[in-house]
Formats: sequence, C-alpha cells, structure tokens
Amino acid sequence: MGNSVTLMIDGQSVTVAEGTTLRAACDQAEHVVPTLCWHENLTPANACRACVVEVKGSRTLVASCSRVAEDGMDVQTASERVLNARQVVAELLLSVSDAKLAPDLLHLAEMSSADPVRFTGGATWAQPVRQDNNLYVRDLSKCILCYRCVQACGDDAQNTFAIAVAGRGFGAHIDAGFGRDLPESDCVYCGNCVAVCPTGALMGKTEWDLRQQGQWDESRITQTETICSYCGVGCELDLHVMDNQIVKVTSPQDHPVTHGMLCVKGRYGYDFVQSEDHH
Amino acid sequence: MNEVRRLLPDRHTVSHPASPERLRERGFDQALAKAMAMSSEAIIAEIIASGIKGRGGAAFPTGLKWSSVNKAAGQTKYVVMNADESELGTFKDRVLLEEDPLGALVGLLIAAHAVGARKAFCYIRGEYREVEHRLARALDILQQEGWGGPDAVDVEIRRGAGAYIAGEETALFNSIEGKRPEPRVKPPFPTNKGLWGSPTLIQNVETLANVAVLFAHDAAWFTQYGTKDTAGTKLIALSGHIQHPGVYEVPFGMPLADILHAPDLGGSLAGSGRLGAVLLGGAAGTFLSPDEVATSRLDYASLGAVGASIGSGAVMVFDDTVDLQWVLTKLARFFAEESCGQCVPCRIGTQRIMEIAEQGNLWTRNQDLRALSQAMRDASICGLGQTAPLALLSILDRPGLRRDA
Ligand SMILES: Cc1cc2nc3c(=O)[nH]c(=O)nc-3n(C[C@H](O)[C@H](O)[C@H](O)COP(=O)(O)O)c2cc1C
Ligand code: SF4
Ligand code: SF4
Ligand code: SF4
Repeated sequence: MGNSVTLMIDGQSVTVAEGTTLRAACDQAEHVVPTLCWHENLTPANACRACVVEVKGSRTLVASCSRVAEDGMDVQTASERVLNARQVVAELLLSVSDAKLAPDLLHLAEMSSADPVRFTGGATWAQPVRQDNNLYVRDLSKCILCYRCVQACGDDAQNTFAIAVAGRGFGAHIDAGFGRDLPESDCVYCGNCVAVCPTGALMGKTEWDLRQQGQWDESRITQTETICSYCGVGCELDLHVMDNQIVKVTSPQDHPVTHGMLCVKGRYGYDFVQSEDHH
Repeated sequence: MNEVRRLLPDRHTVSHPASPERLRERGFDQALAKAMAMSSEAIIAEIIASGIKGRGGAAFPTGLKWSSVNKAAGQTKYVVMNADESELGTFKDRVLLEEDPLGALVGLLIAAHAVGARKAFCYIRGEYREVEHRLARALDILQQEGWGGPDAVDVEIRRGAGAYIAGEETALFNSIEGKRPEPRVKPPFPTNKGLWGSPTLIQNVETLANVAVLFAHDAAWFTQYGTKDTAGTKLIALSGHIQHPGVYEVPFGMPLADILHAPDLGGSLAGSGRLGAVLLGGAAGTFLSPDEVATSRLDYASLGAVGASIGSGAVMVFDDTVDLQWVLTKLARFFAEESCGQCVPCRIGTQRIMEIAEQGNLWTRNQDLRALSQAMRDASICGLGQTAPLALLSILDRPGLRRDA
C-alpha cells in the first residue's frame, strides 16, 4: 500500500490514495467542505474560495478543491478563520448576484450563517438579460464568475473557446468576445456551459420561457433515459418532460461517454420528437 | 555619508550606462567570466554565502530558490527578470535599469548559467519605454562583447500592458504565454512548474543586480554592509513630504529616521515639517507612526516588531496635515482597479473597501472591515488580495494616526 497518504482532518486520522485532493479527503472523512466553483468533471478553477480549509503551517488558508493531500497534513475544516472566510465569501456574493436559482450558494449562506445584507449597498451585477438566440439565455445578473462555463467551453470538454473571462477586478465578466451576441461569436450551441452553470445565469430557452410564464414546476417534471439517435457515439440523454413536452435535455455527469457533455443536436435538437407532422 | 552606492554606479562613473566601457568599469565582464567558469553548485554556494534575499517584496532567500530550480527535474528551464514594477510609490527598478542596465542583465545571465536555462525573459512594465530601449541596448552590448550568440542564453524582452497584477510571478508567466495575467494557484511553485510548465527562476531586477555586484567582488565584500540577518544594501524609493525625494541605496539596518533626515538622503521633511505617518512598502504596506519611525531600522526583524516589512522599498512620507482616510481611499481604488477579478474575496472585497472608503465610513465600519480583511488575507489566491487590506488594518490598529479622530 505504498500509494496512500495519511493525514489528520479535524483531529481524525484519514488514509486516502495518493493524489487525492483535500476536498475529496474531507468528503471521505465525512467532514464535507462546501464548494461553489468546483465541479466533478472540470479542472478546479480555485475561484470561489468557499472550500478553503486551514492547514497547519500554511500562512493562508488553502483551497481544498485543488490542493493534494500530503502525508502528515493537519487540516481543520471548521476553524475560526475558515468559518469567517466562508461567511464573507457568501456575503460578498449575495451582495452582488441574484442567488435565487443558485442552490449551492444558498446552502453556503445558510451553513455559514451569512448576513445577506452586511456588504450590500454598493455596486451589483444587475444587468439586462441577453436573449440573442433561440437555444439559451444569458442572465448574467446571476453569475458568480465560477469559470465553469469557460472551462466547459474550453479544453475541459468542448474545445470551442467561444467564451472567456474579460475585464478585470469587479468588471471581470463572462464574454463571448468583445461583448458580442452569441450568434456573432464562435459558439456552437452545445449547451455544455448551460449544463454546468450553478446559478441559472445560463439557461435553456425553453426553461427560461416557462419560468417567465410561471409555468416551470419541478414537481411536474419527469425524467426519461434514452440514447441520442443522431449519431453512433451513444450519448445517454435524460429527457426532462413536463406536460408531455420535452423541456430540457441533460446527460448524467457520471456517464462514461458524455460526462454530462453533449452536442447541439442531442441537447437542443428535440423539437422533431414533438412535431405533429412526422414524415 | 549615509548612502552606499554599490548597485547604483558611484557618482564618479563616467561611461555610458549601456556601453562596453561600463561593462568593464563596473567589473561585470570579470564577473561573467568568473561565473561562467564556475559550476552551478559553486555559484549557488556563493549566493547562499552572500545571504542575498529577493528584493521584489517577499525577501525569499535567493540561493535557496536557485538551488530548487537547479535541482528541479526537467530538460527545459527558464529564467525571468521581473521588471514590471507597478507598486505604488515604487520606482527603484526604473532608476536602476536607467543608470546601470548591464548589472541586472549580467545577473540574469549568471542565473541562467547556474540553473541550466537556455532561454531568459525580461518582463518590463509597458510604460517604461525609454528604460526598455536602454535595456535592449545593454543586451546588444553584451552580445557584441561575446556574451550572447547561438550557443549562449537567448534573452527576450517582453513588455507588460498596464496591469499591476502581471508583476505577480505566476500571472507574469501567463502573460508571457499569451494568456490573461491571472495568478495561478500555488503549489506547484515556479521553481518546479513555471513558464510552460517548466522549472522557472524569477527574480526582481534589483535582486539580479545584487548578483552581478556579488560576482564582480565576493561574498566577504558583499557582507561588509547590512545586518546579521540581511546582508547588503537596499534601494529605497522615497516620496511624499520630503525635501529630496528619489531613489537611494542604503545599507540594511539604517535607522528610518536617517533615511528621512540625512542631508544626502531625504534631507528632512517637507510640507508642514512635522511627520504624520510613513507608508512603508507601497500600497500593500504598513503605515508607521512618528514614534515607530523614530525607533525602527531598515531591517526585517526591527520592522517585524511593529508589524511592518520593507516590501519593495517604497517609503512614502506624509506630514501631519494629510487625512489618511483620503490616502486609504486612493489605495483602495488602486487595488479595486488592479485586482484581476479571479477570486471572490479580492474581486468583491476590494470593491467594497473602496466604496466604504469613498463614503467616509472606514472608521465606523471597523468590525465589518476587519472580518472582510481577514477573509481577504486568508482566502485570496494571490498576494494582491492577501495584502490589499494591510494598509487599512495598520491604521485601524493605530487610531492615533487619524486626523479626524
Ligand atoms: C500583485 C503583485 C505584484 C507584484 N509585482 C512585482 C513587480 O512588479 N516586480 C517584482 O519584482 N516582483 C513583483 N511581485 C513579486 C513577485 O511575485 C515575485 O515574488 C518576485 O518577482 C520574486 O523575485 P525576488 O525573489 O527577486 O524578489 C509582485 C507580487 C504581487 C502579489
Ligand atoms: S454553448 Fe457550447 S460553444 Fe457555446 S458558449 Fe456554451 S459551451 Fe461554448
Ligand atoms: S455564467 Fe454560470 S457557469 Fe459561467 S461563470 Fe457565471 S455562474 Fe459560472
Ligand atoms: S487575489 Fe485578486 S489579483 Fe489575486 S487572483 Fe484573486 S482576484 Fe486576482
């Protein structure tokens, strides 16, 4: 068993495989750390800082999503500094973005007893919704700049590089290049960015329209598993169906072929199924 | 006489800064010849014996860093001169490169030889155009003198594009690679994974100039000045309410009061003539009270006792009429504008500190600001966010410095 490391997590000895991140080690010890930008199929962006833990001997706190566990590390997941950092991260994000559809952020706020108004009163991310195509809508007022969409569009999945972070400081934002509308950009509408967005800032047009009409109702949505019929790759599709209509298509994150990623046909090419007019 | 000119050429130097005569006048030709005949281990041992520490702000032991890069696994290695110098109140690398560009370049070539790098970069602040021309000319001179060419180290000058954050070492690598200058997460450290994932040695201009003068002499000469902990001299960028603002070279351990008052240094206070505070280390530095200034020396241990550090060597002097809340507002705006925006504590935190400062609420929101500052220090990715609240905290800790208190 040369390939394992043993560390302390909140005073409890834990042995994990070499290469395991502190986040995964904390999971194993059932001292789960909260995360916002981390995603099981994406390279850690290290951006949100919700997952920080205290490692003995380290001057600053450490992002557990990307730091690899080492033998003899002494990790605290709930020290005073960790609790303060989590709380402030939640408060800062709540002071900027619309968190209504961001369950992970709401969870972080609750577990850290964040005061939602402590840092409000200044600039926010409120901005007009961008509906410039028929497949997905960008409501960046909800964006927390987690970088997930950029990574999904880039070399973690899609390799299209249609979107990136532009601007700096508080003005940093997700951009399709020079502020362009998506149809003018390199976007191929695979919707992989939408699939990984944790806040509803990116949303399929069908879901968006139904929500606007007050018709979106999770309790009435059923999921049906199938295989995409467009090509021979064999991507598994979950058809989200409400009132006998497909309202969204996803693929399981743990599917060995897709890892949750699809192409434009599998994700958005479902209208034909519902067409009355089959020839 | 309080100024000691070793990194800066002494005042009798007559040759043009970028000329073969200067190379010889400063003994840099011999320094190169000596170093090139030495093994990596011998060079690194000499650096360790000299006790040189990084002059870019963090004061990391230089010999240790060279040793790590030398030992790091990998065929391709890089060395980088960090001349991005964009910290508020810091202009010493500019003067050093103007007055003696060959020194830092000689240090860079010795570094490349010591760690086994064939490619070097000089990353220079975009606004330093004239300095860049002089640096390029000095590079030509070195090549003409036989220290360049196909078998030697290829040195490339890269210009920054106006971002303070690009001076942070890993952001600088991203910039050279053609990416957004967003700092990378550490570890891995540059000594193992820097430019294009290869072991990279990055040093400040002044650090490299120290290497050049060390090899033009020896460790015994080098340690003639300085303290037990920190040998050598330090460039100070003196600005604000002072009779003779400018760049001075002084030995480590010099009393701060001498830097302000000595006739050949600051030459006493300007403005009201009464000291209000000194901001040591730039925007990310610490405000010191007049009493602390009177009792502190330019030395890491002495300054550590009052919670301060030398940083890049910026010394900004404020007389007793300056409202430091106004200064803090300026500093806050600097950080809000220069944050790369990557991580939450810094992206939103610097904005909130700026807003609170602009509203004039810095003193009333003490509790909130302390919680925010702690989170920024603890959870920001890089040194920018981690140090952005330090100047503010130093005043919250020294209520006596508030003009309006
Ligand atoms: C925001 C930020 C800006 C920095 N800017 C500079 C700079 O302009 N020049 C510099 O030498 N170091 C700068 N540094 C420090 C570098 O990251 C690095 O530590 C330094 O270049 C190492 O060289 P040294 O050991 O010779 O000091 C900066 C650090 C941070 C966090
Ligand atoms: S839909 Fe696909 S191509 Fe378009 S931005 Fe999103 S991930 Fe990139
Ligand atoms: S749009 Fe969504 S996925 Fe992209 S950065 Fe914002 S919150 Fe993250
Ligand atoms: S601390 Fe600030 S400058 Fe550094 S990575 Fe985070 S946002 Fe960027």
